[in-house]
Amino acid sequence: MQDNAQANSNAQANVNAIVCRGIIKDFGSGNAKQRVLHGIDLEIPIGATTFLVGPSGCGKTTLISIIAGLLTATAGSVTILGQEITKMRGGRVVRFRANHLGFIFQQFNLLPSLSAVENAAVSLVVRGATLASAKRQASELLDRLGMESNKWKYPNQLSGGQQQRVAIARALVHNPRIVISDEPTASLDAETGHDVMELLREVASGADRAVVVVTHDNRIFPFADTIATMSDGRIQSCQRQISTNASDASVSTKIEH
Amino acid sequence: MYSIAMKMLFHDRAKFIGLVLGVAFSTLLINQQLGIFIGLISRAGAVVVDVPEADVWVMDPGVKNLDTIFPLRDTELGRVRGVPGVAWAVPLFKSNVTIRTGNGELEASLLIGVDDTTLIGLPPQVIMGNIDELRRPDAVAVSEEGFKKVWRNQPVALGKVAELNDRRAVVVAIVKDSPKFTSSITFFTRYSQALQYTNNGRNQMSFIVAKAAEGQTPEQVSENIKVRTGLQAMSSPAFRWKAIEYVIQNTGIPISIGTVVALGILVGIAVVGLMFNLFVLENLKQFAVLKAIGTSNWRLIGMVFLQAAVVGFVGFSLGLFGATMFFETAGKSPTFQGFFLPWYVAAGSGGVAAAIIVLAALFAMRRVLFVDPAIVFRG
Repeated sequence: MQDNAQANSNAQANVNAIVCRGIIKDFGSGNAKQRVLHGIDLEIPIGATTFLVGPSGCGKTTLISIIAGLLTATAGSVTILGQEITKMRGGRVVRFRANHLGFIFQQFNLLPSLSAVENAAVSLVVRGATLASAKRQASELLDRLGMESNKWKYPNQLSGGQQQRVAIARALVHNPRIVISDEPTASLDAETGHDVMELLREVASGADRAVVVVTHDNRIFPFADTIATMSDGRIQSCQRQISTNASDASVSTKIEH
Repeated sequence: MYSIAMKMLFHDRAKFIGLVLGVAFSTLLINQQLGIFIGLISRAGAVVVDVPEADVWVMDPGVKNLDTIFPLRDTELGRVRGVPGVAWAVPLFKSNVTIRTGNGELEASLLIGVDDTTLIGLPPQVIMGNIDELRRPDAVAVSEEGFKKVWRNQPVALGKVAELNDRRAVVVAIVKDSPKFTSSITFFTRYSQALQYTNNGRNQMSFIVAKAAEGQTPEQVSENIKVRTGLQAMSSPAFRWKAIEYVIQNTGIPISIGTVVALGILVGIAVVGLMFNLFVLENLKQFAVLKAIGTSNWRLIGMVFLQAAVVGFVGFSLGLFGATMFFETAGKSPTFQGFFLPWYVAAGSGGVAAAIIVLAALFAMRRVLFVDPAIVFRG
């Protein structure tokens, strides 16, 4: 609760949902030590969808893992909604994640033993809700996502697009301020990928939310408000896009790093 | 979260059944083998159990068990009766005799001769007939299982005539006795009658059974008898235990049954440990997802332990049910009489099942605790 109140007041005071400063990440030690992030500085604005793009192995996944508090940075700081999560330890970062972050994964990562509605309800259950009450809320959200007739099915009975809708419902059901999405369209065909991005943009990109999408699928670039390009563990450029609709990406401002 | 843990557990039915069967098999094996072991060694002291009136047993100093006996002189009975603290003392005869069965076959049987006057030494439970009829010449009582073995396929009835060492023996009562280690046929008769059936030497008295006077413990009285007569004397429980110890120390029974029990425990640990570890390993990404979206390590530990506890409880219950059914069914067979499942064996096997489950859970828990939640971002 304290985290919530602080995050809300801090977010109102800041225009940036996420601020990364000098993020360095090394893997291994001694001679085997390998630096995968070389002092990343990045600001992700609130009320916008930010794409993190770049070739495979450039450090995108490592960066979002650090932003999400799943990996520890070797150096640098990550501030989310005004709170520096790189300083949080143990249970605090876990609670922060449960309260403020929603995740959408490339492989959907739905639990095969749970029905669609139960999968969508998991984020609420993690926060302490009973499965029954969480399922009521999740069911309403799945209806909004066009899953009325499929919400009692199990993941293996759903198509890729339907599974991604369930994953989106799971990421949003607890109303998080930040949604982190890793390659949300990589496992989908072009049309389904487009539909999923439309949906993500519609339900996730509120004025008080920030959406971070890691992708190298350039077909969905038009959905981005900002595109941060990474290469060899560094941010190469950060480009703001001004567009009226998703199929018409046009005016852009490029910030070179 | 715990309902999610349960759904994860029951989702893969084959694995769940495998885990449950691992625990059930181990529990069944432990209970069945230990039940048989306890039933078997209890038979070594069965003659003592069948004389509940007496609490002191007197015998030759060299006697180690109920089957290797050196007879006492008749005068020893008077000496024992004269020892302070002895309320009463009566003779007891025990010998193996050969009997010809109804269809002409020979069988080894046990003959117990009890005090002519008091009939102390007879099992307390009479199933058929009047025990006072035993005072008639040639009268014997026989155990129910013994009757069925001597007169196969015939209804249990009084008045049957057998040959004990070529002498006539008429069945006047059917009694319920404790199953013996060496023979399943036991005849009871008066002491004087028993001597006629055997007649194999000057000294015939196998044991003297006595009762401690009020205010005296059997141990005190036994000590007095030892000091004053030079004979070996001990309380009923001590003698029963001595007979059991003899079997434990001089037969391969404890080692062979102990090996099976140990194998049951080992198989339980190996099967359940490996399968539970495999179960957790296969669900590792699911645990990582739960961890990534904000489930604490404590909650994950709770989930793993709950899953393990459910497997343990269901497996233990099934194993115990199987063992109980085994003793219920097999116990009806005359040769299996007296075998049962002691409560402490069931409780002990519950402890073993719990230990197996805790070990399996601890082993698997490491993976859950140390799983990198960032793997959820890897394709």
